[in-house]
Amino acid sequence: MPDQDKNTNAERLLPLVEKIPAFSQSVSRVLSLASDINCSPKVLVEVVSGDPVLTMKILRLVNSAYFGLPNKITSVHQALVNLGLNTLKHTALSLAMLGVLPRKNDAGLDIDALWLHSLAVGLAARRLAQAKGVPKAESEDYFVAGLLHDVGKLVYASYEPARFARALETAALDQVDLTVPERAELGATHAEVGALLAERWGLAEPLRLALAGHHAPSDETPAMLTDVVFVANQVVKRKNLGFSGNPALTPMPAGVRERLTLTAEAVGAALEELPLELQNARVILQL
Amino acid sequence: MRLTFWGTRGSIGVPGPDTVVYGGNTTCLGIETCDETIILDAGTGIRGLGVELARSMPVTCSIFISHTHWDHIQGLPFFVPLFVPGNTIKICGTFDPVNNKDLREVLAAQMDYNYFPVRSAELAADISYLTLREGQTVDCGSAQVTPVIMNHPVISFGYKVSCGGKSVFFTGDHEDYANIYEPGDPFYEEYETIILQKRAQIAGSIRGVDVLVSDCQYTEEEYPSKAGWGHSTPSMAVALAQAAGVKRLFLTHHEPTRPDAAMALFHAQIVERFKETGIEIDMAREGLSVEI
Repeated sequence: MPDQDKNTNAERLLPLVEKIPAFSQSVSRVLSLASDINCSPKVLVEVVSGDPVLTMKILRLVNSAYFGLPNKITSVHQALVNLGLNTLKHTALSLAMLGVLPRKNDAGLDIDALWLHSLAVGLAARRLAQAKGVPKAESEDYFVAGLLHDVGKLVYASYEPARFARALETAALDQVDLTVPERAELGATHAEVGALLAERWGLAEPLRLALAGHHAPSDETPAMLTDVVFVANQVVKRKNLGFSGNPALTPMPAGVRERLTLTAEAVGAALEELPLELQNARVILQL
Repeated sequence: MRLTFWGTRGSIGVPGPDTVVYGGNTTCLGIETCDETIILDAGTGIRGLGVELARSMPVTCSIFISHTHWDHIQGLPFFVPLFVPGNTIKICGTFDPVNNKDLREVLAAQMDYNYFPVRSAELAADISYLTLREGQTVDCGSAQVTPVIMNHPVISFGYKVSCGGKSVFFTGDHEDYANIYEPGDPFYEEYETIILQKRAQIAGSIRGVDVLVSDCQYTEEEYPSKAGWGHSTPSMAVALAQAAGVKRLFLTHHEPTRPDAAMALFHAQIVERFKETGIEIDMAREGLSVEI
């Protein structure tokens, strides 16, 4: 695309992206604590307690049937004593990330299905990262990248509902990749919009690149996070876990295949239990 | 009921001339009730127990896993009764809220073909898996087993086993709770209160048992550099026994770097230090069998 068009698009899209609420400070801090192996329990409690909505969601989750604790947990401190730092950290991260995005739209996009798809991609990306030997703390970044990879669709669905509805309809009718009618209707793909949003939110650069490149991982600036999210997204679509609004599957580019060196069998093995994990994790979507 | 220690070592198996007295296999306790075998943890010690059970098949037994760190599950693929049709084996344990994995999947992972030549799908016994929640009592023949969430970096269960008026509690891996605030901090008191509540809940679950088997991996001197790793010291184990009013305490999950001579000395020091408590304190030794 000529540079001039690119600028026009960015100019057009920026106001759109700016309508999405900024990342709250607590969410940014939870995000950075999640990949910090030396995360201090005191700091985590301070961050979570400072955000009443997040606190309430965490307490609802740890008191749900999923945890099935016999005693009611009524404070973040109590959650920490009863469940430990790792569990609290992960719970805070999942709920914080899910909490920042709109849950309704006028574009006819099934947001619940999209969230289920996104959650599945997050879980799948983390599993693939672990299969590739990525350290546990770092594998949380893969979860976040997978969870947020389609965030651009939420921007469109919320703030350009009519045009996005047409793009979704075209993709469904013609069975083409959603990015094609997106570009025609809106001038940019949801991946590009997602990357702009990541920039506005001040997310780490690898995360921004993963959002930008999840439909076409770059061979010039290859990144494992992007490659893994690409594969996770395609596998989740093939398994029909949730629905992303995009009916098309993209074959694995040769570059990704070479870089990841994961056989189809290894991917299959790593993701064999994904539907079950998704079933277990669904509880966090209901909050 | 009869309690037998099949594996007493923490972290990693350390067989050799220096561990013949206290044992080199990792955690596994066998409890024979009048009608069933209940197994607590499946460290490398479970291999010997499996060989023993295989002498009188078909076997009906239940295995309770405290948590799925290697030293508590590594013997499972070598538990002979799993491979023989006609045996009925129930495997129970924690859920994993971080990875959303249930017990079956976590255990199957160690039998992935990368690590082990037989896939879990090929195990021939009738095996069922049960992911437990805290306080959920499981009936095993005439015995009941109830899990309690203890303190370890992952969700880890302690188990109370009761049968015919006798009972034993095994902590699994456990460290006493520590306040994350310094005294004087505005939140110190609140956090302390929650710790006291949790300690009381655990003690309440243990109260009345005949025998407490507790993690005691570290000496008091070793502990400061291992705080937060999820293991106890003698003073923590004794405090737990006292809080629960237990008169007989076995210490286990022995530090792998502690040879027999040092273990004997450690034991003698503990007995001397806590003689006023009136608690009979023993070291778990591989092969030791106790009628309760």
